[in-house]
Amino acid sequence: MINPAKRFTVPQRALHWLMAACILAMLFIGVGMVSTVTPAYVPLVATHKTLGIAILLLALIRLAVRLRSGAPALPADLPAPMKRAAELSHYALYALMIAMPLIGWAMMSTAAYPVVLYGGIRLPAILPQSSTLHALLWDAHAYLAFAFFALILLHIAAALFHALVRRDGVFSAMAPLPSRGESAPAE
Amino acid sequence: MPDSSQPSTQPSIGALALIAVIVAAGAGAFAYTAGWLSPGRLTPARLVNSLAPPGGAVPGHRRNHAKGICFTGVFESNGNGAEFSRAQVFARGRYAALGRFNLGSPDPVAPDAAVRVRGMGLQLSTPDGAVWRTAMIDPPIFAVATPAAFYELQTASHSPDPDAIKRFVAGHPEFMAFADWAKHAPWTASYAQDAFNGLNAFIVVDASDAPRAVRWSLRPQAPVVAVTPDALAKLGPNHLEQEIAARVAQGPQRWTMVLTLADPGDLTADPSKAWPAGRRSVDVGTLVVEQIEAERDGPCRDINFDPTILPDGIRLSDDPFPAARSAAYARSYDLRTAETKHYPYHEQPTAGGRQ
Ligand code: HEM
Ligand code: HEM
Ligand code: HEM
Repeated sequence: MINPAKRFTVPQRALHWLMAACILAMLFIGVGMVSTVTPAYVPLVATHKTLGIAILLLALIRLAVRLRSGAPALPADLPAPMKRAAELSHYALYALMIAMPLIGWAMMSTAAYPVVLYGGIRLPAILPQSSTLHALLWDAHAYLAFAFFALILLHIAAALFHALVRRDGVFSAMAPLPSRGESAPAE
Repeated sequence: MPDSSQPSTQPSIGALALIAVIVAAGAGAFAYTAGWLSPGRLTPARLVNSLAPPGGAVPGHRRNHAKGICFTGVFESNGNGAEFSRAQVFARGRYAALGRFNLGSPDPVAPDAAVRVRGMGLQLSTPDGAVWRTAMIDPPIFAVATPAAFYELQTASHSPDPDAIKRFVAGHPEFMAFADWAKHAPWTASYAQDAFNGLNAFIVVDASDAPRAVRWSLRPQAPVVAVTPDALAKLGPNHLEQEIAARVAQGPQRWTMVLTLADPGDLTADPSKAWPAGRRSVDVGTLVVEQIEAERDGPCRDINFDPTILPDGIRLSDDPFPAARSAAYARSYDLRTAETKHYPYHEQPTAGGRQ
């Protein structure tokens, strides 16, 4: 769905930047917590679960907003393979921000861990106890997390490429604040 | 910052370099956080690896306390604990119990008489949905004061250097109290006669959020009969499991749960130091073990008795062990549940693995 405006809507931009901060925090908390035995381990895990579930809810809202509001067209002079790559990477990012929390939650369920968030919120198990499934989900959670981070680095590199090199209005479409050059995109 | 009033068609080297630096800094920060750049960091993986016997860890089994047997039963709470903790488990009532008797060794087939420390993993579940897990051992104090010292102890005890342990003890005088217990405390020929001590200090909070530091123990109601390790060895390498199964088949076995309350100023951060004698202790209920099941297909097998899984009403104190144990037990759990083909369930006869 193409949105005739040049920029994503305010809720879309707000969600993008809020979630970018949360997801980056999650990735760092994830690898940080599994590599420490200090007392910080326990609050890090609690934060990881709570923030992860918050990301799941935000991602579902974001997906709904996206389906309603659409996205501005990419610049006409962007080569077709690059357009395709941009679209595919965005699908992958959406898929990961929904899949990662579900996998984390399912992984804890298959290990019969109580899933308790900050504030004492207790979530039900979403899969039965199973060591086979646990092993699978444990691998998936870690490998997909690394793939997620790699994709985000690529995404940041592409965004900056649009902003600093091509200066084609793609960055300002998502920029939190209108940029000075917005009136003169190189289209 | 680029000057957007001069759109350039040529990629600027400066801009590309800036992008490369940002991406590299992101990747570097991630690698640092993950510990990949700090080989000296005490990670859960290193801590768990340090437990492995010289021949390597036994796949499919717990990385410590590997030999064990499951039990189920009930916890009969007498309501005395409700004064200190708002957790439902301390309200008068009967609550489901699941646990595991075990030997403190990474070898799942260690002969009973070769292992000095015995343990119990216990899970109590209440109707409000809360779960409490704890893993306790029979010495009255822990061997070391910090998780880092535990790592050093493992490293020293697996070291080929005959002086390694001597050096360790010189640097960790707290170990002597444990060594003294190991040498002089009586052995028993039954799990039913052993006391199991939580050793770590926790904070219990009542309905008004008032905190009290506590430790807990399960004291056997069966009369204790001391035996020598030699006498135990003569009973066979798996006597303890056979004995507890036979004993429970005759009738349920009981332990009294005791909360010991710290006085203000008592040290909570060091499980190698007992609190002074005379601290107030309260009997809060009775663990009744009603059924024994082999570990292989038993309900305790794929449970992680992580000591940080606590109901509302019990919290962590400044004791650094529960967090370190939680991190290490998760690692051990992740490894062993990924290795079930080395320890197949009976329902799935081995035809090239299981499921
Ligand atoms: C942590 C991670 C991030 C995630 C998961 C993420 C995800 C996404 C997704 C899914 C889109 C597509 C929007 C849509 O079509 O609905 C998008 C667009 C965009 N993102 Fe991110 N993003 C992240 C971080 C960043 C950062 C740090 C930047 C800037 C350096 C950035 C810049 C942009 C830009 C400029 C667009 C617009 C692209 C277009 O017009 O299609 N993102 N982002
Ligand atoms: C956007 C969502 C999430 C991201 C990006 C994420 C990322 C990560 C990362 C990077 C790790 C470390 C992997 C490793 O190095 O082994 C990790 C581990 C973990 N995550 Fe998540 N996670 C997310 C959501 C969740 C949720 C919602 C839960 C649970 C409710 C969860 C539970 C866990 C657990 C228990 C571990 C430790 C696994 C272990 O035992 O090694 N995660 N996560
Ligand atoms: C930093 C110190 C410690 C480390 C690294 C450590 C490590 C481990 C590991 C890796 C396991 C196997 C967990 C699993 O796979 O489920 C385990 C089990 C156990 N540990 Fe520890 N432990 C430590 C301290 C303690 C302390 C202080 C106690 C007692 C107060 C204790 C009592 C037990 C018991 C009873 C089990 C068996 C639980 C079960 O039946 O599953 N450990 N330990």
